[in-house]
Amino acid sequence: MSVTTLTINGRLVSAAEGASILDVAREHDIHIPTLCHLDGLSEHGACRLCLVEVAGSSKLQAACMTKAVEGMVVTTDSERLRTYRRQIVELLLAERNHVCSVCVANRACELQDLAVSMGLHHVRYEPQAPQLAMDASHPRWIIDHNRCVLCTRCVRVCDEIEGAHTWDVMGRGRQTLVISDMNEPWGDSASCTSCGKCVRVCPTGALFEKGAVATNKDPHFVTYLRMAREQKLWNR
Amino acid sequence: MSLLDMDERLLDLASLIDLVYSPIMDVKEFPEGVDITLVEGAVANEDNARMLRLVRERTDVLVAFGDCAVAGNVTALRNPIANPLPVLQRSYGPDPSRMPGLHTPDAEVPPLVTKVENLRALVRVDYYLPGCPPSADLIFFVLSELVAGRTLNLQSRATLG
Amino acid sequence: MIVDDIAAVRDREHAARAAQKARIAVCSAAGCLSTGGSAVKDALTAAVAEQGAGTDVRVLGTGCLGLCHAGPLVRVDAQDAAPAMFEHVTPALAVAIVSGVVGGALPAEQRCDLTQPFFTRQHRIVTSDAGVVDAERIEDYLAANGYAALEKVLTEMRPEEVVREISASGLRGRGGAGYPTGLKWSTVAKAQGPGKFVVCNADEGDPGAFMDRSVLEGDPHRVLEGMAIAAFAVGAEQGYIYVRGEYPLAITRLKTAIRQAERMQLLGHRILDTQFNFRIDIRIGAGAFVCGEETALISSIEGKRGTPRPRPPFPAEAGLWGRPTLINNVETYANIAPIILAGGSRFATLGTEHSKGTKVFALAGRIVNTGLVEVPMGIPLREIIYDIGGGIPDGRTFKAAQTGGPSGGCIPAAHLDLPVDYEALAGIGSIMGSGGLIVMDETSCMVDVARYFMEFCRDESCGKCIPCRAGTVQMHEILLKMTRGTADERDLGLLEQLAELVTRTSLCGLGQTAANPVMSTLHHFREEYMAHIRDKVCPAGVCPMHAEDRP
Ligand SMILES: Cc1cc2nc3c(=O)[nH]c(=O)nc-3n(C[C@H](O)[C@H](O)[C@H](O)COP(=O)(O)O)c2cc1C
Ligand code: SF4
Ligand code: SF4
Ligand code: FES
Repeated sequence: MSVTTLTINGRLVSAAEGASILDVAREHDIHIPTLCHLDGLSEHGACRLCLVEVAGSSKLQAACMTKAVEGMVVTTDSERLRTYRRQIVELLLAERNHVCSVCVANRACELQDLAVSMGLHHVRYEPQAPQLAMDASHPRWIIDHNRCVLCTRCVRVCDEIEGAHTWDVMGRGRQTLVISDMNEPWGDSASCTSCGKCVRVCPTGALFEKGAVATNKDPHFVTYLRMAREQKLWNR
Repeated sequence: MSLLDMDERLLDLASLIDLVYSPIMDVKEFPEGVDITLVEGAVANEDNARMLRLVRERTDVLVAFGDCAVAGNVTALRNPIANPLPVLQRSYGPDPSRMPGLHTPDAEVPPLVTKVENLRALVRVDYYLPGCPPSADLIFFVLSELVAGRTLNLQSRATLG
Repeated sequence: MIVDDIAAVRDREHAARAAQKARIAVCSAAGCLSTGGSAVKDALTAAVAEQGAGTDVRVLGTGCLGLCHAGPLVRVDAQDAAPAMFEHVTPALAVAIVSGVVGGALPAEQRCDLTQPFFTRQHRIVTSDAGVVDAERIEDYLAANGYAALEKVLTEMRPEEVVREISASGLRGRGGAGYPTGLKWSTVAKAQGPGKFVVCNADEGDPGAFMDRSVLEGDPHRVLEGMAIAAFAVGAEQGYIYVRGEYPLAITRLKTAIRQAERMQLLGHRILDTQFNFRIDIRIGAGAFVCGEETALISSIEGKRGTPRPRPPFPAEAGLWGRPTLINNVETYANIAPIILAGGSRFATLGTEHSKGTKVFALAGRIVNTGLVEVPMGIPLREIIYDIGGGIPDGRTFKAAQTGGPSGGCIPAAHLDLPVDYEALAGIGSIMGSGGLIVMDETSCMVDVARYFMEFCRDESCGKCIPCRAGTVQMHEILLKMTRGTADERDLGLLEQLAELVTRTSLCGLGQTAANPVMSTLHHFREEYMAHIRDKVCPAGVCPMHAEDRP
């Protein structure tokens, strides 16, 4: 396997060919915030939190979807990037009803963690307070669209790992909604295998178990599953 | 209550501050020339709004204290229902006679605003202290910093919720 | 068919024409049809039959004649007289026109002055067949030297030479971004492997724009020919035209044209009896603005949800089903045949240093001559608006011209002498865009204009990436507050920050340009914003300036 050498934040680092900037950065303990990315799933490139500066390009690049290239000079942290990232999280908090104090995922939520890590203490934008329904028709889980950040992790894990493709996305703009089957109640879904993968990868309190606090979130099982399948190893 | 969780540290603070107004003090009028005011709660009725503007006018450093003041939080959960009447009916049932004073507000019961707002929507806020409730450690940190006249920088110490 | 057969068709057409006394062209683009164009065409056809002039006079339905506000338009080309044009034609006038043609004296009323600048200052390349070619007859197109460029390419040129010719012409994409067409073709041509695709972007989603529609409706073969030449140049055998479902007439005419071209072996297998195969299929879009963005368009053709994906890889490297794909706009393809026939360097003599050829604009708003015009690149904006467009009606004064639709900006009076080319427009914060040109006078409020376009982007955002999906909502929220007199200076600061965020961090062009109308109006009309914010007045008197209950 050939090796690529590039510079991240002034440090010379090496990368396996084909690796993304995000992969390389993580390997070298350089932190880049992410939300839609999840190890083991295909990339979505939509949250824009992982944007980095690449020398010679006027456009910011999504670290999760940009391949590390020989000689590339990358900056993952700057005043400008910090401002943008904070604004993006702020926009999310205003978009739907993220009332942390009454959320099942309070203190176990990636969105909340992002806000904390960015020193975001209040939101300057108009809270949209949409009136979105919850779907509690499934015997074990609930989807609460008021907490959904539309990362599509649930859609991808269901399609790519479970192979059921129960979830998909409907509508556009602020009307965008995650739906099960043809926008039918989750409990009536013929395709859902009740494997619960979507609940475990959901970064927020949008997908949660009935009667439980969101402690069962463990998105990293996807990497394990992928690896186990590829290498036919089944002992964790 | 979180304030009281500061325990003996309250005593340290007490020697540094002069408490001039509080819901648990028998002071009718908000005084002038206040250095620091911690405002808790969101703006849910017209009296809240009047009071907030008055506080802002008479305070040097205004701190939004807790998630309701910072973001609306639970108080603002009623916003999707909008207009106060359906909100009241949701709580008290459809019969107006069961909500005296609420349905026809008077001086005793101020009218609800159509939309619950956080403090920032109405006035300039100097610092935000999130949390539901904010932890005692955090409150102590904030008060110590402000009393010492330092610029507050919470960075990653605080969290909504 | 082979080249000789095609030549025979042309000869027959020319002979028939020489024998005709006159040709009467009715504008059959959607604009004139909406004001009664088809009744006029029926009346003309009936009158010709009734007066027994069937062999002498031919009635044809053609592409947009330009002066849309005066429709239905009818143009008469008599053998022995100068062309004449009639406006606001009724079926009764149609009968009179036919009698006039037969009798030798055309009616004097409702004549359109063909010597006015609206007609004389235009330079028609893309729209040169309007008035001459019947959109539904391939023979008409052939008679106007149609498919001669394809013939030339297939019989005399190698693919590299075709690409070189297009590069030499300096043609840039007319879909909005202005990417050099020759460069794009050469990238696709160099890409390895079979199964390349050629795609025509006919999604035309800008509000008020109808340049592409009129080309598709009036001269569909021109687009097919351009695509076939492109396919030969880049090495593709399959093409798609992605048309929006709101254009039923364009779809019908394209289908007819494809069938006709296939029957004459100008599309399909062994075109003109050479080794070259090229098939074109139509894909119909559901009218989402974002599906005009090339990666979303590809996704939509593949049968998936029409959402963009980050580039690179560009479609030229990995497009439809991962294959190298050439995507160009309708008007870009319509320029190809003329370039091949005239030669690239000849085409390049028209225009400015970096913007060659012509551009079709749809004039709309507060301007006398609303309609479709084609002008040489580099023409001053003033000339388009005052000479060709006839100026501002009702004695009012010009305030701004909006180009580029929801991705563009407003150009104030101070820049009226700006030459219309890609760089000059970008230099003052607008864009060439696809050709919408909306003229505004003092009765337009620039804050409200910005709010309108932001509302459009908010509703058309695909919802995939956060900055665009949620950022447009918040920008619209702030602009709405301004128009209601409830915004303060903090809001202005937030708006400016959001504009930067959405521009810099959005995934696709929709988000990246969504703030342009805001930024350009803030730049050129800041005092108007301040009046809304500080003084709570709307100088144009458009905004309500008081809070309303939310819907
Ligand atoms: C939101 C958005 C909408 C677009 N809509 C169109 C369109 O309707 N028609 C079009 O030709 N190009 C449109 N484009 C530009 C295309 O992505 C692409 O650049 C163009 O089709 C390339 O053709 P050209 O090089 O011939 O201009 C759009 C781009 C964006 C970002
Ligand atoms: S439900 Fe959860 S995992 Fe699915 S899109 Fe929403 S936030 Fe993401
Ligand atoms: S910029 Fe807007 S339209 Fe483009 S991907 Fe993002 S949300 Fe979709
Ligand atoms: S993690 Fe890269 S865009 Fe979301």
